[in-house]
Order: sequence, then C-alpha cells, then structure tokens
Amino acid sequence: MILRLSILHSLYFKLKTYMNDIDTQNIELQLLLQAVYLKYGYDFRNYAKASIKRRVQHRLSKDGFESISAMQNKVLYDVSFFETLLLDLSINVTEMFRDPKFYLALRKVIIPHLKKYPFLKIWHAGCSSGEEVYSMAIILKEEGLYDRTQIYATDMNEVVLKQAKDGIFNISRLKQYTANYQKAGGQESFSDYYTAHYDHAVMSKSLKKNILFSDHNLATDGVFGEMNLIICRNVLIYFNRDLQNRVLGLFSDSLPDDGFLCLGSKESIRFSAFSDSFSDIVREEKIYRKVDTIN
Amino acid sequence: MEFEAVVIGSSAGGIKALTSVLSALPSDFPLPIIIVQHLHPQSDSYLAKILESKSELRVKQADEKEVITNGMVYIAPPNYHLLIEDDKSFSLSIEGPVNFARPSVDVLFETAIYGYRDKIIAIILTGANHDGGVGVKKIKQNGGYIIVQTPESAEADAMPKAAIAATNVDKVLPLEQIGPFLLQLVNNSVKKYSNNFDKFGRR
Ligand SMILES: C[S@@+](CC[C@H](N)C(=O)[O-])C[C@H]1O[C@@H](n2cnc3c(N)ncnc32)[C@H](O)[C@@H]1O
Repeated sequence: MILRLSILHSLYFKLKTYMNDIDTQNIELQLLLQAVYLKYGYDFRNYAKASIKRRVQHRLSKDGFESISAMQNKVLYDVSFFETLLLDLSINVTEMFRDPKFYLALRKVIIPHLKKYPFLKIWHAGCSSGEEVYSMAIILKEEGLYDRTQIYATDMNEVVLKQAKDGIFNISRLKQYTANYQKAGGQESFSDYYTAHYDHAVMSKSLKKNILFSDHNLATDGVFGEMNLIICRNVLIYFNRDLQNRVLGLFSDSLPDDGFLCLGSKESIRFSAFSDSFSDIVREEKIYRKVDTIN
Repeated sequence: MEFEAVVIGSSAGGIKALTSVLSALPSDFPLPIIIVQHLHPQSDSYLAKILESKSELRVKQADEKEVITNGMVYIAPPNYHLLIEDDKSFSLSIEGPVNFARPSVDVLFETAIYGYRDKIIAIILTGANHDGGVGVKKIKQNGGYIIVQTPESAEADAMPKAAIAATNVDKVLPLEQIGPFLLQLVNNSVKKYSNNFDKFGRR
C-alpha cells in the first residue's frame, strides 16, 4: 500500500512537472482556436498568443467557467456567446488622429505626392469603428482630394463596422479628438465635421459619401484591388510573424510601385519578408513606399 | 529557485525609485529586467535614456516580437501594453487602459507567467494607484517571488499597499535596500544552481 502510494505520488509529481496548469491551458487554448476556426471561420490560430490568452482567461473568470475546455462547449453551441468572445479577442480600441505626429507627416509628406494622381484609392485595413477613417477623410477634404478619392475601410468584426458606418461617436471623447486634430496640423474648426447631440456626435454626411465599409479578414481573405495608399495601424502587433508576412504580402500585391504603406508607430516592415520591397519615407512614423524590385 | 527574469512596476515617483534600484546592479547582472512605469501617453523614449545614464546596465524600449535577452533592461513603450509570450519575446497591445493605465503593470505581470512560469522576481515600487495588485497575486500563486517597497519609503504609497494587501509578499524593503537585496537573491540562486553543473555546464 505504502509502495503504491509512493508510486502514485511520484507519478503525480512527474505529471505535475511535465503538465502543469500552464501547459494544459496552452493545449486548451489551441483547441479552442481550432474550434472557433472550424465552426465560425475566424482564424486566430496565428495571432500572438499572450493577448489572446489573457483575454480568454478574463472571460473565464468573469463568466465563472472552470476551464477553457468548459468554455469551448459554450462557444460551439451558443452563437451569441461566441460573438461576445469575438469582441474580447478583436481588441477594437481606436481614436481619431491617434498619434497626431503620424497624421501631420501624412499631410506634409504623402498628400503632396497623392495630389499628382487624378483618382485615388485608399485602403484602411483593420479600421475598427472608423475613427481613423474619418480622420483621413477630414485631411483629404482639407487638402482638396476628397472628391477624387475612393476609401475602402475594412475590418473582420461586423459589430464595429456597423458603428463605423453610422459614424456616431461618444461625445466624451471629442475634446481629446479636437486636441489631436489640432496637433495633427488641422486648421479648421473641428466641430464643423460633426453634429453634437446630448451624449454623442454624428460625423458629417459629406465625410461618409466616398467611404465603402466592408467585411474583410486579413487572415483568410485576399486582395481586392489596386490601391495608392494602404493604412494598417495597430493590427499587425496582434499577429505572429507568419501571419504578419501573409498580410504584408497582401499589401505588397495591392500596391503598384510607388504605392504608400503606413503601419502603426510600433510596427515595422524591417524584420519581415517584405523588408526589401519597401523604402522608408518617414522612418519614425512608419510610412513606407513600395520600390521597384525588378530593376 | 533559479530565477530567469525580473519584472518591475512603478508609477508616481517611479523614475527616482527605478534609478535607485538599477544603479545598485552591476553591468553583468545575469537576468533581463522588464519595467512598466506609467508615463504620459505622448512621451518619447527619454526614460530609457535616463535609466541608462544612471546605471551600468543597457536599457532600451521594448519592441514588438523582440526576443528577451539576459542582462538587458526593457521599458514598456508609452501608450502600449507590454506582454510576454511563451517563447520569451515581447508583444504590444493598444487594448484600453487597465487600472486606468496603459502600459499596465497587471498586464505585464500576468503575461510574464506565460514566458517565465515560477522563475520570476516581481517588484512593486512607488505609485498612486492599485495597478500591479492582481499581477503580484497571480505571480505568487504560480510560485514567483515578490518584493515590495515599504509604503513609508514610497513617494506614493497606494501601489505598494495594494500589492501587500493582494497577496502574501516575500519581502517588504525600504527603497535603498531593494537593489542590493535583488542582487544578492539572484547571485545566490545562480551560485546554488551552478553547483549542480559540471565544468561543461551539464547537470
Ligand atoms: C486595435 S484596433 C486598431 C484600429 C485602428 N487601425 C487604430 O490604429 O486605431 C485592431 C483592429 O483590427 C481588427 N482585426 C484584427 N484581426 C483582423 C483580421 N484578421 N482581419 C481584419 N481585421 C482584423 C480588429 O477587429 C480591430 O478592429
């Protein structure tokens, strides 16, 4: 009996060292992401794991599941629970004129190039609830380019896309957006671009008319047209290197030589497979231009 | 216990406190040190420069996907959360503020466990909010070691107090003793474990 116990005991400790909670959770997380992909088509399998794991753990403790496996059951059988989880995982935080210095550089450096084209196509990939797109629309208007531009604004998350289409933002944030707009080189009166209501602001119709909001998943969908400028900020940080390379490949295929690509302040093309295909235009602001690699 | 990483959280008064801790460490300090200091969202990378000039260590702002190297000090970039992946590399996120903070100490500490399991020394220094409380609790539950600055020696005592209330912390020390204690703790752990290796570094 004593022998049996001690064998069990040592087996237990072996198991514990080889398979502690963290390893088990990693297995469960992998299975969950596989289940989500097979059932709903959203592919998170090549995302950076730390953020996803943390969000999943918080959902677990909030809703009182005892394990990720227990939650997986609910994800598979309850669509509305999946939608909640999708919102947890697709971090939709954004703001107007986030990083004002970037928008200032856009206005000062890229806009003069764009003025040479008779017609422009711009793609905002991972546009979330649209704040970034309306910021761009304002700059294009002020620079006299809006009427010859078609903006494609895409995200994988239809809930935020609907908000983007509506162009309705919480009034409490407008003060900060106004300050950002001014730091980004805005000269007009920012309040002309929206109508204020009690607790929300509605963006002006004249900013919306050339924006097409649509559903597009960077992990699973393909190229849909040739663009002059692609803006994809604070999306690649959520992907692993393989997925980053896939997405940068999509962008490269969507741009002619001389096309512009803008990434987030802490993202870079430099350690990717496409480093040689792009030159720095404004290095600190991660503004790149596609180079002619054939010659 | 053989430690593999040091994580530090600090807020109001933190620059002085971080300088005190880092200046006590030699240039060959064997572990990476990863810091969340609450900063204004639009500040640049001046903190890394200050800390580098006031210590013997190499200090830089952490980059996304950067592989964590022993002996380096990394600072979370302003306005981003800093996370640690299983493979001991960094990720960044613009997820909303946690405990009103981005970067948040809790986010760094919770994810440090993914990469470093129980081999973590976590330090909470001065600060005027409660960020870090959840993080130290989880690190402690997973077998890590927690050091907290005494509330009396802190410019703002809320953060040390929150950490002490959150879990059974291992050591509470006045600021000037934290650096020397950390060095001793790490040296002892390295010595103890290197005794288990033969001269070829095998166990
Ligand atoms: C943190 S937000 C960034 C929003 C905005 N670009 C900015 O910088 O403020 C990231 C957005 O990327 C979207 N996203 C994440 N994975 C995606 C994918 N595979 N395809 C398309 N959009 C994705 C999310 O839904 C979210 O709206």
